[in-house]
Amino acid sequence: MVSENIKQRDDRVTETSHSALLKVAGLGFAYAQKPVFSEVNFELYPGDRLALIGANGAGKSTLLRVLVGLAKPNSGSITAFGQHCVGEESFQRVRQRMGLLFQDSDDQLFCPTVLEDVAFGPLNQGLTAEQAIAKAQTTLTSLGMAQFAERITYRLSGGEKRMVALATVLAMSPEILLLDEPTNGLDAAAEERLLQHLQALPQAMIIVSHDRAVLERLANRAVILQSGQLDAAVMHRHPHQHAHEHLHVHPSSEVEAGKHGAKEHH
Amino acid sequence: MTSFSLQHQALEPSWFAALDPRTRLLAAVFFTLSALCLSALWPLIALLALALLLTILLGCQWRLIIKRLLAFEGFMVLVVLFLPFTVAGKPWFAIAGMEASYQGVIQALVILLRGNAVVLALLALVGSMEPVKLGYALAGLGIPEKLVQLFMMTVRYIGVLFDEHQRLRTAMKARAFVAGSNWHTWRSYGHLLGMLLVRSMERAQRISGAMRCRGFNGKFHLLTPVKWHRRDTAVLTLAVLLFLLPLEWQWWQYGF
Repeated sequence: MVSENIKQRDDRVTETSHSALLKVAGLGFAYAQKPVFSEVNFELYPGDRLALIGANGAGKSTLLRVLVGLAKPNSGSITAFGQHCVGEESFQRVRQRMGLLFQDSDDQLFCPTVLEDVAFGPLNQGLTAEQAIAKAQTTLTSLGMAQFAERITYRLSGGEKRMVALATVLAMSPEILLLDEPTNGLDAAAEERLLQHLQALPQAMIIVSHDRAVLERLANRAVILQSGQLDAAVMHRHPHQHAHEHLHVHPSSEVEAGKHGAKEHH
Repeated sequence: MTSFSLQHQALEPSWFAALDPRTRLLAAVFFTLSALCLSALWPLIALLALALLLTILLGCQWRLIIKRLLAFEGFMVLVVLFLPFTVAGKPWFAIAGMEASYQGVIQALVILLRGNAVVLALLALVGSMEPVKLGYALAGLGIPEKLVQLFMMTVRYIGVLFDEHQRLRTAMKARAFVAGSNWHTWRSYGHLLGMLLVRSMERAQRISGAMRCRGFNGKFHLLTPVKWHRRDTAVLTLAVLLFLLPLEWQWWQYGF
């Protein structure tokens, strides 16, 4: 398994000539003596959009938390941007360049106004107030959220909150994005808007999602976390050729008015 | 599902909303000071009238004001009931062998008037303000940043916690829970509160994680957008002079 991985990596290095942004070797995590995952190995290269799939409770979110140093692994090593990460200090540097989008945007947005929230990261990176505000405004504008700058965060809708949360992450100019269920709880329109923006981003990504359609649009590589092991997965699509019935839902008034005839029922 | 709000949405006139929030806060402080200095009945009635005038002028919603006043009146009822019988002085009347004194009745009236005037003025001046603006005003007045952040976090998350509480309550109701005076009810409420505490704790941990992800290192940044204009000075001066009127009446009529 390990040797296979190394061979795989060697192939990648010759193939891309880039070095890995993120390298994880032999990573293991246990919660209250109960192992969540162990011997996790993978690498992330510039341009990679890695789908991390697995059942509920498989430890996908935990793995993301371990990667940014919010949870402490029991074994293994994390090398980010060529630096071996041990201890809070090295992870503090990592977090400047690796942005995590949380599952629940209410956890991420804690400032009174949208502008303050988006400027929080840049301020922590050492920008002056004016620079941070300018950065926040540019980021909001790039996501089409400029008019939300003065809004109070807790009065936003779920979709707006998610977009602002993305802005708070992007304002720090991360090189890697970790997305934990980015479209969870969004309606179709909000999801479409978010996906369009995510697709246009240049960053390498690790995407956790249960939604196949989301992964299909965002990811170009996949790994699966099951029974505590991380394995490479294959994403493929193939045409299905089978006759089947569709469930159609129409307002009953329209049906009564004869709008939906038999010809429509393919 | 009802949502939780700290603010009663006021229909405040635009000139008032445009004021620096510190002006409103300071005006409320001066009003309270004036109320505390007043001890004569008629000037206090004048102050209460002033508070009512403010409430009308600043376009508050009566339904909400009354609802909030009622919560306060519950406490006032106790004061009015007990003070006449506990303050020593010239006896006025007796109930079941307990004597009520003139001084006690007067004192109860003074507290009733003073309390209502202050609460009304606070609701009109500060209660109608966006809570976030109040936070900015506090920071602008030099209140320690940690306390202001604590206030801001409370404002931010009290609604989230309330929603969580409502969801749990709904889930209980959906399984046919009806509150009664029995052991099962108390135990269930215990579970509800315990669950709420655990969830708040977990949320706090997630928030702190999210803050660390964005490079939080113990330093809060408040981009305070409060600006003091000349009109703020004018309004505050006018307000203070107005609030001093009942006090001057008291000094002129009754001495210090």
